[in-house]
Amino acid sequence: MSPEAAHHPPVQGLAHQFDSLEQQTEATTLGMWVFLVTEVLFFGGLFMVYTVYRTWYPDAFAAASHTLDITLGTINTAVLITSSLTMALAVHSAQLGQRKLIMIFLLATMALGGVFLGIKGVEYYSKFVEHHVPGPSFHFEEPQFAAHAQIFFSLYFLMTGLHALHMIIGFGIMLFMLGWTWKGGITADYYGPIEIAGLYWHFVDIVWIFLFPLLYLLGGRY
Amino acid sequence: MWTGTPLFPEAASTMAPRVDALYFFLLALAGFFSLLIAGLIVYYAVKFHRRTPDQVGAPIHGGMVLEVGWTVIPFLITMVIFVWGASVYYAMARPPDETLNIYVVGKQWMWKFQHLDGQREINELHVPVGRAVKLITTSEDVIHDFFVPAFRIKADVIPGRYVNIWFHATKPGRYRLFCAEYCGTRHSGMIGEVVVMDPSEYQAWLSGGTEEGSLASAGAKLFQDLACNTCHRADAQGRGPVLDGLFGKTVQLQSGQTVTVDEAYIRESILHPTAQVASGFQPIMPTFQGIVSEEQLLELVEYVKSLKAPAQGQGQTR
Amino acid sequence: MASSTVLIPPRHYLNDGYGIASWLLTRDHKRIALLYLATVTLFFFVGGAMAVMIRLDLATPAGDLVTDETYNKLFTMHGVLMVFFFLIPAIPAVLGNFLVPIMIGAKDLAFPKLNLFSWYIYVAGGLFTLYALVTGGVDTGWTFYTPFSTVSSTTNVIPTALGIFITGFSSILTGLNFIVTIHRMRAPGLTWFRMPLFLWSTYATSLINVLGTPVIAITLLLVAAERVFHFGFFDPRLGGDPVLFQHLFWFYSHPAVYIMVLPAMGVVSELVAAGCRKPVFGYPFVAFASLAIAVLGFLVWGHHMFVAGESVYSALIFSMLSFLVAIPSAVKVFNWTATMYKGAVSWETPMLYAYGFIGLFTIGGLTGLFLAAVGLDVHVTDTYFIVAHFHYIMVGGTIMGYLGGLHYWWPKISGRLYNEGLAKLSAGIIFIGFNLTFFPQFVLGYMGMPRRYHAYPPDFQVLNVLSSAGASILGVGYLIPMVYLMWSLRYGRLAGSNPWGAVGLEWTTTSPPPTENFTETPVVTWEAYDYHAPAEGHVA
Repeated sequence: MSPEAAHHPPVQGLAHQFDSLEQQTEATTLGMWVFLVTEVLFFGGLFMVYTVYRTWYPDAFAAASHTLDITLGTINTAVLITSSLTMALAVHSAQLGQRKLIMIFLLATMALGGVFLGIKGVEYYSKFVEHHVPGPSFHFEEPQFAAHAQIFFSLYFLMTGLHALHMIIGFGIMLFMLGWTWKGGITADYYGPIEIAGLYWHFVDIVWIFLFPLLYLLGGRY
Repeated sequence: MWTGTPLFPEAASTMAPRVDALYFFLLALAGFFSLLIAGLIVYYAVKFHRRTPDQVGAPIHGGMVLEVGWTVIPFLITMVIFVWGASVYYAMARPPDETLNIYVVGKQWMWKFQHLDGQREINELHVPVGRAVKLITTSEDVIHDFFVPAFRIKADVIPGRYVNIWFHATKPGRYRLFCAEYCGTRHSGMIGEVVVMDPSEYQAWLSGGTEEGSLASAGAKLFQDLACNTCHRADAQGRGPVLDGLFGKTVQLQSGQTVTVDEAYIRESILHPTAQVASGFQPIMPTFQGIVSEEQLLELVEYVKSLKAPAQGQGQTR
Repeated sequence: MASSTVLIPPRHYLNDGYGIASWLLTRDHKRIALLYLATVTLFFFVGGAMAVMIRLDLATPAGDLVTDETYNKLFTMHGVLMVFFFLIPAIPAVLGNFLVPIMIGAKDLAFPKLNLFSWYIYVAGGLFTLYALVTGGVDTGWTFYTPFSTVSSTTNVIPTALGIFITGFSSILTGLNFIVTIHRMRAPGLTWFRMPLFLWSTYATSLINVLGTPVIAITLLLVAAERVFHFGFFDPRLGGDPVLFQHLFWFYSHPAVYIMVLPAMGVVSELVAAGCRKPVFGYPFVAFASLAIAVLGFLVWGHHMFVAGESVYSALIFSMLSFLVAIPSAVKVFNWTATMYKGAVSWETPMLYAYGFIGLFTIGGLTGLFLAAVGLDVHVTDTYFIVAHFHYIMVGGTIMGYLGGLHYWWPKISGRLYNEGLAKLSAGIIFIGFNLTFFPQFVLGYMGMPRRYHAYPPDFQVLNVLSSAGASILGVGYLIPMVYLMWSLRYGRLAGSNPWGAVGLEWTTTSPPPTENFTETPVVTWEAYDYHAPAEGHVA
């Protein structure tokens, strides 16, 4: 056994490269924040493309935006914000070491996320039926805006699609946290993993908070 | 001053000596600092060469005077270079008011030139010496680049827009033209020549062999064939704005913005007519994208440019 | 100062577990560094083979060695492999991975499993790109300019773009790992300003990796998506703007060049300090210069687009900022040179590479001033002047820094010494071959020879032949170290913990180090490069 193992007895959940659970939690939290910064830059590229084309073609973008279902979009926004609430409650429960509550709130977050994705699926389907999916079958009702509306819809599918992909990854993270909590690895003394899962989920929520007005609320309403 | 040698390009335009002067200054500067640093490294390496295996260097940590010095001095030098480079660039970016205009269309893998009076050339451009020439360029497909080393000019030629580049040739001769933006398989074959001629020779060349009429007259024919004249009537009774005398004016758009009616605006109005509609008019003009080629667009642009302002008493008031 | 007994420790990271699984499933940052060493070397030689073909073809004006299409694929793949699969990962993933925990006084990086995962991502991306290469290649240039790459090219654009996209995550995660490690895992007493300058450079590089790489990721995704779905973001016929691609591309790719050179600068700081046995002159200035380069590097991307259709005003702003970003690099060069004054200057191979770096980087950096001057850039951009400029920095700079670091830390990594005579010979061959290859290209560029040209006017031939001759010499120079370094693994003299008599935490542990790096966590009470008052436990 190496000399330094004699200095600290094995702590449950402490990885070998760290000296204390506190250091481990600080490091993993910083790691998640750095990762979220990279995500901001990743989505940022798409937001930049959006900004350029919306500045150049405001009328086409407004016309295209009007064809999105604002009711479903608003419901989805409320659903996602609520899921952030349940996630925050999961973190709070973790801080109090309440294993059952953590799992309930994690499941609630996942359920709300599932609702969001379901509604998104409905919206995508209706776009498909209306021939607003970019490609050879694209057709837009106001022909003078057609070319630029196609750019809008390309951005719509790319941005919401990338967002949905991040949500699905978030599901994976939630499942992982559920398993970890079930096995008793999360206690009031060590709940860092739930916290950083929460950070990720809140980020996904914030991206949607930006996407919603930029995609759904253009050009005033009727 | 210089003629072409195996190691230095010919200088054949008014910009060339300006670019070369900046280049020589930078060569001297770079040479000085490179030799200084290299010299110091070699000198120190020899003078302070480690003599015993256990020898350590002197305990020097830094010096504020030196740090400030070698930060401020390079800063000042670089600002001088910046201003010099900016002034050369500014001259390149602002053609004189009076220019001989020629249209250039780049396409994989050739250069097409259109003189205003109808002369067409492929890969060879004839221009007069001693006059400012402005090239209005566009691409039919991917991004190319119009580069004449002897003139020290270069500009990317971009699909979907017009890019201007100007020069004033100072010596008759034949000068190489290269495409300088990678554009596919025969990028290195997309080369040509600019033939600079004495004014009398240029006139002779111009007058020999114009099969079609001028660009503007070809445009006039297109204007009729495509029925543009049904909406754009000189008597202001059509559904579209009067085009006579419009070129160069500032007009107000429906969005409230103002725009100058230049080549780019005319081209945009033909291809994307609902994008920048003039104030007081409906967005009903159909698009001609896919119906007119780049060269036909140039003819229409030249035609509109050639339309003189209407006589007093008629206007396009709406 | 050197230890009197030269022993190889009985247990160290190389013999701590045998078999392929112990390597492919390792969490040890040192083994991961060697995994990267093997793979980046492989990509270097594939990219290098392409360079040989290019220079062979360019020895004659008619371009008669390969067809146009093949030539275009050669220079594209050369750029893609060298930039994304060699220059960007090499120093951080090989030397950084090996040294960061040791220089910090830690047992490993913050996230060892993520570190291994990063290597697998790198390999996966590399395999995608190699697949694209062997099934027909790609001919867009490593810059993928639209609309050629999205509409016109008929080659394997999508797998190449995806390969680079995947590998980008390796850079991002490695950068993340380094940032967290440096922030949170420094040994007791190791304050920021006691860290070796290599860690400052690595930190600055990691900032760029983390902020910039996601942008190229989304940009390449957009290129692939446009090819598949015809979205039209970059296609003027559909209302898009091809120049928008260039803004997105260069927003990452300019900072990327600092990802490539900053780590080499960090290595040079270490080599100069050890080679002169004194502190680097102006330590805080060199440290802050690294950060300044990282920050300013994000503000200058438009200098790649002076003739690409950006406005006069943008051009002037980018020009001014480009001059500003040169200043911190100049400060570093002056500080390194001043370090040599009254040093105990060694002429051993790593130090020779360091001096070579300083000289060649100075030339490359000064030619950057030519390019920042907009009026001059108009003439030389898109010509061989640019090719010469960036090869002076990437090859004369980064690769020399990498080789210097590899030689300097080779005894620590392997426990063996390499043959100094052969090493000096190679360094000399590389220096001569490099300058012969690339200096004539400055002249060619001003003459007007455009880049990416397969055939050229006959009066450019002499300079091209000189350049190709240099390339063959350079190639030989790169092959020799492969031979003697491999040979030393088995037959080299044992190095001992501190063969250079240098100061630094890595020299206080054995060569090779144990898996956990130190038998006891060091407590740091000394300044970096403290050659004059070596404290207890500081020098082996």
